[in-house]
Order: sequence, then structure tokens, then C-alpha cells
Amino acid sequence: MAVRDYIRDRFFPHMWCPGCGHGIVLNNMLRAIETLELSKNDIVMVSGIGCSSRISGYVDFHTLHTIHGRALAFATGVKMSRPELTLIVPMGDGDALAIGGNHFIHAARRNIDMTAIIMNNRIYGMTGGQYSPLSGYGARASTAPYMNIDQDFDVVQLSKAAGATFVARSTTYHVQQMTDIIRQAISHKGFSVVEILSQCPTYFGRQNKLGTAVDMMTRYKDTTTPIGSKAKKQNPDLIERGIFVQKEMPEYCTEYEKVIERAGGGA
Amino acid sequence: MAKPKLKEHRIERDWCKGCGVCVHFCPKKVLEMDESEKAVAVRPEDCIACKLCEYRCPDLAIEVITES
Ligand SMILES: Cc1ncc(C[n+]2csc(CCOP(=O)(O)OP(=O)(O)O)c2C)c(N)n1
Ligand code: SF4
Ligand code: SF4
Ligand code: SF4
Repeated sequence: MAVRDYIRDRFFPHMWCPGCGHGIVLNNMLRAIETLELSKNDIVMVSGIGCSSRISGYVDFHTLHTIHGRALAFATGVKMSRPELTLIVPMGDGDALAIGGNHFIHAARRNIDMTAIIMNNRIYGMTGGQYSPLSGYGARASTAPYMNIDQDFDVVQLSKAAGATFVARSTTYHVQQMTDIIRQAISHKGFSVVEILSQCPTYFGRQNKLGTAVDMMTRYKDTTTPIGSKAKKQNPDLIERGIFVQKEMPEYCTEYEKVIERAGGGA
Repeated sequence: MAKPKLKEHRIERDWCKGCGVCVHFCPKKVLEMDESEKAVAVRPEDCIACKLCEYRCPDLAIEVITES
């Protein structure tokens, strides 16, 4: 299979738990890359720390496994020095929006050309199920055994407000949509955010009595709907899926080229 | 365009972790878990080669090979 050509199969079977959604994100991200016919040598994947961030170890691209929350800062450095490369930055919800929240909003504001994939399992998987900024009010976590009283972020609204020029959401159940969205996000010139709802049956699932991976994926099917659907009007609690923002704005590296020119550099 | 026809399901048994995702979501009930909790194609004749099992496998353990 072509997808097999993009992985380091010596590291398989991978370290994720049975049914972990992060493997489905890996699977369909590779399909998106396959349809774009990108050369492995032109892709750089940068990740931080977390179960989700382990994804960079499994792909046969240029990969950097860096520091918790700082993947976008490292990716910015790579992109500024080699703007011709395609940057993909997969992150956990904790990685991206707790410790890495500031890097996230500023990368979005600058509109630097890279694709941030937020693998949102609403929990800190790697460290044992502590609540994250995406757990949401009423959720249980190892650090919120009675209930979490923190409100969650809406990743789409946050990304929009911060200035991302491509913003989309899908789930591990909706694999064809996920592949299509990631393909468009990578092709987009500017800062792209793709939120994928991804099940952690081991911690979030168990702590919130959500059943198996199959049950959690079925819930994604039942609780989400395409943007602007009739169902959404009837049931406002449904979570919308699809592309929310797709617009052209000046891109950071292109603008920086202009500064170099003005300064008389490059001669 | 002619519909793709199934040749075989290639299941990497060492990679399959028995999560049951492929079995549950197959629209034609082609797959089952065997006694060692690994996915197997028990009714390949019913397979419509939609590849949803391949796309949804968290372990990249199943591949649907079609006749080209
Ligand atoms: C600077 C720093 N602080 C804290 C940690 C501990 N730590 C490792 S992974 C992680 C959170 C993982 O959650 P998330 O990013 O949501 O990814 P998941 O494991 O759920 O995929 C934390 C707090 C660390 N490695 N480095
Ligand atoms: S702890 Fe959760 S996020 Fe981490 S590998 Fe297991 S299921 Fe996946
Ligand atoms: S989805 Fe993959 S890992 Fe899960 S049972 Fe099927 S083949 Fe095995
Ligand atoms: S290709 Fe489709 S019909 Fe065939 S086994 Fe997989 S999910 Fe079932």
C-alpha cells in the first residue's frame, strides 16, 4: 500500500493503546499526503510531547520530536529558514492549547504557512488522564474526580479569532472527510488549523464511562453534523464538522522576503 | 468507471490490537474477531471494497487489495 511507503514500519506495531484515535489520524493524514503526491523529502513534521506527538516517530519524513507545547516555535524556525518545505505540526489538545496556547495564537496571527493538526482527545493521555483546556465543564479526569468546572475552548472560534486563514474540524469516524480536509489544509498557503476529535478510550473514555473505541466513534457520528445542516438548526448542541475558514491573507515568510529585499539583503 | 473488485484483505496480525473498529463499522459484516482477538475476513464474498475498514484501522493493520 502506498501509505506503507510513508511510514517507518520497523517501529510498528505502534505504542498507542488499542482503539486510540491517534492511529486513525496518522492513517488518514498519510492518505492526504499520498493524494497530494508530495515527496517525502519535502515534508517536515514537527511535534512536541504527548501520545499524539509520538506520531512524528512513525512517519518517514524529516521529523523533529521537540518540547511539550513548543512544536510551532520549532516549526516556525524551520519554515523561516527553508520556506519551500511543507510543514505539518500534529499536536495534542494539551500540547497545543494549554502549555502551547501562546505559540498557537501567535503562529495563527502571523499566518505562517504550516498545517497544525490538533488531535483532540479532551485529556492528557500520556501522563495519565489529567484534564486539559478541552475537557469541558462536567467532564471527569484523574485531576477532576468529581467533575471539571473549567469551561473548554472552542478550537474553531479560537483559531478564527487568532487569525488562522484555514480552519476545519472532523473526527476519527469521518475518515473520508478527514483526509479531504487535511489535503486542503496542507495545500492552503497560510496557517491552517485542523481539529480532529480523537478518542482516548484508556483515560477519557474510561473516566467518563464512554465505553469502547467503537462506542466513542459512534458518538462522534451521532453528536456531529456538517456545517450549517438542518439538523444543527433543530439541535444546536450538535458539533459542526467541515471547513469554517478558507481565505487568502499575506503569508509570513513571503512578507519576510520583502523585508530582506528592502534591507538590500540577498545581494 | 467500474467498481473495484476485491482481491483479498491483507491483515497484519502482529499489528492488529483487536479493537474491533473494522468489524463493527463494516457495512457488510465481512469481518470478525478470531479466538486470538485479531480481525479476519470471514465473508469476503460480501465485501464491496469500500475500504472503510482500512481507513478506520488505528493500527494500519488492514489493507483491502482490489483487482486493477
Ligand atoms: C514542559 C513540560 N511540562 C509537562 C510535561 C508532561 N507532559 C507530557 S505529555 C503532557 C500532556 C499530554 O497531553 P496532550 O498534549 O493533550 O496529548 P495526548 O497525550 O493526550 O495525546 C504533559 C503535561 C512535559 N513533558 N514537559
Ligand atoms: S493513553 Fe489515550 S491517547 Fe494515549 S495512546 Fe492510550 S488511548 Fe491513545
Ligand atoms: S481496526 Fe485494525 S487493529 Fe482494530 S481490530 Fe481491525 S485490523 Fe485490528
Ligand atoms: S472494504 Fe468495506 S465491505 Fe469490505 S471488509 Fe472493508 S469495510 Fe467491509
